Amino acid sequence: MKTLSAQADTRNVSVTPDPSKKRKKGFWRTVVRQKYLYMMSLPFVIWLFVFNYLPIWGWTMAFQNYKPSKPFFDQKWVGFKNFVDLFQDERFYLVLRNTLAMSVMGLIAGFIIPIAFAIFLNELRGKYFKRTVQTVSYLPHFVSWVVVAGIITKMLSRDGGIVNELLLALHIIDEPIQFMAQGKWFWGIVTVSDVWKETGWNAIIYLAAIAGIDGELYEAAKVDGAGRFRQMWNITLPGIRTTIAVLLIMSIGHLIGIGFEKQFQLSNSLVTDYSEVLDMYALNYGINIGRFSYGTAISMFTSVVSIILLLTANGIMKKTTKESIM
Amino acid sequence: MATSKAFNATKADKIFDICNMVIMAMILIVTLYPFLNVLAISLNDSTDTVRGGIYIWPREFTWENYKTIFSYTGLIQGFKISILRTLTGTILGLISSSMLAYTLSRQDFQSRKFISTFLALTMYVSGGLVPTYMLMRHLELIGTFWIYVLPGIVSAFNVFVIRSFIDGLPYALQESATLDGANDFTIYYKIILPLCKPVLATIALFLAVGQWNSWFDTYLYNGNKPHLTTLQFELMKILQSTNQGANMINANDMANQMAQVSPESIKMAITIVVTLPILFVYPFLQRYFVSGMTLGAVKA
Repeated sequence: MKTLSAQADTRNVSVTPDPSKKRKKGFWRTVVRQKYLYMMSLPFVIWLFVFNYLPIWGWTMAFQNYKPSKPFFDQKWVGFKNFVDLFQDERFYLVLRNTLAMSVMGLIAGFIIPIAFAIFLNELRGKYFKRTVQTVSYLPHFVSWVVVAGIITKMLSRDGGIVNELLLALHIIDEPIQFMAQGKWFWGIVTVSDVWKETGWNAIIYLAAIAGIDGELYEAAKVDGAGRFRQMWNITLPGIRTTIAVLLIMSIGHLIGIGFEKQFQLSNSLVTDYSEVLDMYALNYGINIGRFSYGTAISMFTSVVSIILLLTANGIMKKTTKESIM
Repeated sequence: MATSKAFNATKADKIFDICNMVIMAMILIVTLYPFLNVLAISLNDSTDTVRGGIYIWPREFTWENYKTIFSYTGLIQGFKISILRTLTGTILGLISSSMLAYTLSRQDFQSRKFISTFLALTMYVSGGLVPTYMLMRHLELIGTFWIYVLPGIVSAFNVFVIRSFIDGLPYALQESATLDGANDFTIYYKIILPLCKPVLATIALFLAVGQWNSWFDTYLYNGNKPHLTTLQFELMKILQSTNQGANMINANDMANQMAQVSPESIKMAITIVVTLPILFVYPFLQRYFVSGMTLGAVKA
């Protein structure tokens, strides 16, 4: 399996003109000859530079006492003061705890459940039923978090929410639970909502990988008397190992930068001590009250930790399973 | 595996199949029920809904809720902006990612490797929320329509998906066109684009769904610009006002909040209106996005 960025380098190169001939012509002559290719790509390179790379230059703000009215060279440089402030703020540790808790829960659930779903769906008899389940399962992926949060709030509502009604009918609880108003439920609600929304979609990749496994392996296993669980464990799982490894590295890279759409939409003023994540903290303490340098320090912390996590995960995977994304 | 069923179905196998069916059927219900429930409530008389007990079928059927929400001007306005940004964002995104993908698919393109890396890095490194916000301020995009469209025009993922599709096309087509004197742009426009229809359909779907569903850019940049709010943002405002109302413990505030709270049925009707366009195109396009996802993520 090759990941996206690596694909270009592994294609056959038979179409390339003789390289020695090309080099003689010189750099600029090639530029002129490939002017249309440059015209079709350079605008977008500039585009990428502006919208994706300039914000990284913006990290300089974290080391300044940034005032939007002044030009860059008139800004006051303050060294690591913003980071010292950040690491001394108690709120920061609360927010970090929330971020890590929800991302680890999301990583575990959002990782295991789609794999299990794909494997069991693959075992399902009946072509039409299988297709129906699959089609329906990725429907929630296409609905916005605004809508999903509305639906979840409705389902968990204290008066008339289906979850409370079911729990009451089964005599598991005696009176309805106020799910949305109690902080202790928040992490779980976010995780379950995410599983509900994304399981089917995330399973697509695994299903494609499973479809690529040689059917004869299953026949041979059956002849040897292997049961269905044995086959799943010994053939299907090893067959999609590469896919699992690559996706795991990617999700570890996103561990701290989990985004905040779901937290933002599902939270309310009663549960902020459990719902606030790093990006929301940056939004509230950086943009909304105009402490741009402080906010930048938060954003920079998030990005740098993400990259470190990604590289670490990539390195460990490379050593242990020989799979990597770079 | 289905072939062996006839002669190799043991008892354990049958039990497994039945359990698996039951579990999958339950997943089906858990996924679909919320949507059906919302639909039923949106079609039920709004005062009757308060009594509760609506599941998947309206008790007192009515179109009134939908009539009510379409008289709300903010919603019509949001609808217009949402459609506009979906169209513009999708078209511009398609043009840019297909062009870039074509140049990157050309093995002989001098800067191919540099641009590939430059693009791939954006998938892993990002400046973060606040620096991006400051950039938008400097570019004076805040408070304009273009902030919805411009930042997301080039997406690394989309470019790589299209490129792996182009990689699968026979190169001989391009070669013969070159011999006929076609330049690179003509090849892209006349040969590559028509052949890329299936993958472009996939990317169009991704872009359109992303544009239609996004709400945060509206909230962050244009929240105080009534003429630029999107449908998702309008829905968010309505849902959130109600959420807070339901969670208020203080009785005085409660009465205050209740005054501006929209009835349940109205909320659900708006939810349906916001979701419907996606549910509508979904069955027609689903075979495309499955192939697109697979193409982009796995190269076996």
